[in-house]
Amino acid sequence: MFKRFDDDTRKVVEIFVDGRPVMAREGDTVSAALFASGLDVRRKTAVSGAPRLPYCMMGVCFDCLVTIDGMGNRQGCLVPVHPGMQIEIQKGKREIGR
Amino acid sequence: MPNSYDIAVIGGGLLGSAIAWGLGRIGQRVCVLDEGDIAKRASRANFALVWVQSKGLGMPAYTGWTMQASDTWPKLAAELLDQTGLDVCFQRNGGFHLALGEEELEQRSALLKRLHNQPGAVDYKMEILGREQVARMLPHIGPEVSGGSFCPYDGHVNSLRTFRALHTGMAKFGVDYRPEHPVSDIKYVQGEFRLASPNGEIRAGKIVLAAGNANQTLAPMVGLEAPMGPTRGQIVVTERTMPFLPHPLTTVRQTDEGTVMIGDSKEDMLDDTVLNLPISSVMADRAQRMFPLLGRLNVVRSWSGIRVMPKDGFPIYDQSETCPGAFVTCCHSGVTLASNHAFEIAPMVAAGALDKKKLGAFSATRFQKSDVRTSGYY
Amino acid sequence: MTINRPMRDEYDLAVIGAGPAGLAAASLAAQSGLLTLLLDENQGPGGQVWRAVTSTPVKETRLLGDDYWAGSKLVEEVRASGAEILQGATVWSLDRHLEIGISAGGGSQFIRAERVILATGALERPFPIPGWTLPGVMTAGAAQTALKSSGLIPDGKTVVAGQGPLFWLLTAQILRMGGRIDLVLDTTERRNYLRALPHAAAFLTSPYFRKGLAMMREVRSKVRVVSGVTRIAASGNGRLEEVAYEAGGRSVSVPADLLLLHQGVVPNVNLAMSAGVKHRWDDIQLCWSPVLDANGGTSVEGIAIAGDGAGIGGALAAVERGRIAARAAVEALRPQAGAKVPSMETFRAALAKAERGRIFLDVLFRPSKQFRIPGGDTIVCRCEEVTAQDILDSVAIGATGPNQLKAYRRTGMGPCQGRLCGLTVTELMAEARGKPPEEIGYYRLRAPVKPITLSELASLPKNESATKAVVRG
Repeated sequence: MFKRFDDDTRKVVEIFVDGRPVMAREGDTVSAALFASGLDVRRKTAVSGAPRLPYCMMGVCFDCLVTIDGMGNRQGCLVPVHPGMQIEIQKGKREIGR
Repeated sequence: MPNSYDIAVIGGGLLGSAIAWGLGRIGQRVCVLDEGDIAKRASRANFALVWVQSKGLGMPAYTGWTMQASDTWPKLAAELLDQTGLDVCFQRNGGFHLALGEEELEQRSALLKRLHNQPGAVDYKMEILGREQVARMLPHIGPEVSGGSFCPYDGHVNSLRTFRALHTGMAKFGVDYRPEHPVSDIKYVQGEFRLASPNGEIRAGKIVLAAGNANQTLAPMVGLEAPMGPTRGQIVVTERTMPFLPHPLTTVRQTDEGTVMIGDSKEDMLDDTVLNLPISSVMADRAQRMFPLLGRLNVVRSWSGIRVMPKDGFPIYDQSETCPGAFVTCCHSGVTLASNHAFEIAPMVAAGALDKKKLGAFSATRFQKSDVRTSGYY
Repeated sequence: MTINRPMRDEYDLAVIGAGPAGLAAASLAAQSGLLTLLLDENQGPGGQVWRAVTSTPVKETRLLGDDYWAGSKLVEEVRASGAEILQGATVWSLDRHLEIGISAGGGSQFIRAERVILATGALERPFPIPGWTLPGVMTAGAAQTALKSSGLIPDGKTVVAGQGPLFWLLTAQILRMGGRIDLVLDTTERRNYLRALPHAAAFLTSPYFRKGLAMMREVRSKVRVVSGVTRIAASGNGRLEEVAYEAGGRSVSVPADLLLLHQGVVPNVNLAMSAGVKHRWDDIQLCWSPVLDANGGTSVEGIAIAGDGAGIGGALAAVERGRIAARAAVEALRPQAGAKVPSMETFRAALAKAERGRIFLDVLFRPSKQFRIPGGDTIVCRCEEVTAQDILDSVAIGATGPNQLKAYRRTGMGPCQGRLCGLTVTELMAEARGKPPEEIGYYRLRAPVKPITLSELASLPKNESATKAVVRG
């Protein structure tokens, strides 16, 4: 769906998506990094399990919810990546304690 | 829509809806008059427990009435499912009141003792469990939980879906639900009630006042009384999470949808448009101490609501001597008692008289005595 | 995680939102000597219009345009002004006593301000077409955010659909950066051109006219544009695969990987409404707007609203509204300091200039009914997955407005708290009941207006009466 434009000179930041290494860039939000990864990063909703991807990218739609460093239901479009960040795509409701 | 009915129910919350549904079920021509989009609505702000334990201190009849409701809730849930296809997710596998620290547990034990010592009350098998026993049934409790009380008859339900099922069912029974008809005046003329509302007059042979705290002003118009002592409660709700809590608590429960509801507070305030955040904080803190894993969940909503609360905390069911056919009904536990309202109160209203043997204790005439004690709600 | 908290408990002025209005307001207030706190949810200042203006990888000015880079000047100004700036800070509560609940760095706290300026801006109007929840369908603004902050450009089969100034801007930006767009579906109603004509004179002299026209020409020269589109539907199995549309009575389907939707922006009302600010239905912009005095003051003493949250006016107007609200705060709190900054009249004149031609845009780009009021299986509430038909069914059994609808269907009760369904619900119910939207009303909103964790809530100050209200033995 998306690719990075050619002249992006920002530093590469390695993150992990469901355990797989992904090269993000410094300043990317989690959602942007996921889009750029080319991976299938569709989450499943907590209500019906329908597949979703981020819709608004500005913190209002909550379709970017993702588990970040073990914490569920975070808004991926608001959180910047950091080296070594562990991201898990959520399938349905989050688990208690995560 | 017509403007004349056998029976007009004033109030479209859970109490009024359950009675109206019960009346429709036995073929009465009924309308329900309700307010509009913004109103003080306990039925949409409640905690959705079908609750037995700790009910009835000071009025033994209330324990029996509550037990009966708990016993007949499965029938209500089944009939609603059958009629509307809506599963209200009634669950009755026992509920807890958890104590943090020894002092709270002692207080709870003392309450239990007072309940047990009441002559004439139905035994609902409420018992005190120690920390280890609780932990076996609620594996996620935190270290501060000292124990709690448990009652096998306690349960909960999806109250919004119950509300929707009752309204869907009412429509199927031909009950006319008429929102934006707040009743401002009631006149009893030649055996008929005339109800004034901004959207026109409605006439009915009988009326049931089920308008919550507004019953206080409506009841005297038909020779009844309903002294109320409303309080404000707040609730905090989290996002949906995987099932983790197998039993409901008085203050924490997980809904069938996965959200976790956290209550409950009680304030002498009647403004439901503002929140008292220190209270939300106390509730959140206690919930987190009961279940530390809750701390990581996101709170997505919170609200305050005004409880419908008769002055002594117990239900009022009464009928007018001066205006025959006028009934007043108000109670706090509109979810718990919904089955009674549908299966017991409705037929009595249809027949024109409340059963004194069953409901005599709930007559508002009790307020004419000077020694009314307040203890119905914990 | 860097701990990022306000340095004080009390401020003269708190400005919420660091877009055009918030930057301008905070800067002017701090320059005038007010103890000013600027709170913003994003990692960097700029809001949505100037998103990532300090950090974007897209450095070549031509690509994002001069209007975008204008933001960096205001950012420099506010950074030099002495205002305390807190990024990554989510305001989740504001009450009529001007107490502000802030979540930042993983913790929550309250601060109090003598005055509050809400500059929470706008969000894109819901675009509830069939299939709009499918992966691969997103807002044009979302794509623009990805573009500005991370230099992401569409590379699959891409359709852009909708209307409005931002719509054309984004399309031009994507194309300039080498992104792929296969088809543009213009939903502007043809009869709107006639309706807008009486307002054209003012627009011709507005700053938007020349730029807008140039941008539309730029897009049309590079990609196929279908005008007069009257129906759009997205479909696919688990993701977007096809976009179907109707134009001039002809139905067409095209394969697509990405569909970008946009039909204008509307005020982001959640925080203001939860604070009790009175709003009214704006029949021209088809949204709720706060009731304001000439300085942006609201029905709640001490709270003002500036920028697009005050009614859509665009970035230039937002800057001036921010200055006006800030100057009013200065006049109220430090009357003598007001002499140092330009007069109110100067700002009002600048605002009038910035707003010139606005009505033309409002009328021309008034979204058509079929794209605002869906039917059938189309989802209205994305969070709770409630369809238009579900809502109509509820109206049929007695739901009169959005708050009763919640009881029947849970609309607006999910994490987005009605931001993506509220307007649709109001208009759909208004249509179904044959009543004006004003009479139908809106969700009653309460804190937290953005989710905070239970432990954050639990860590907030408590008091004895609060404890007594909960622990009752």
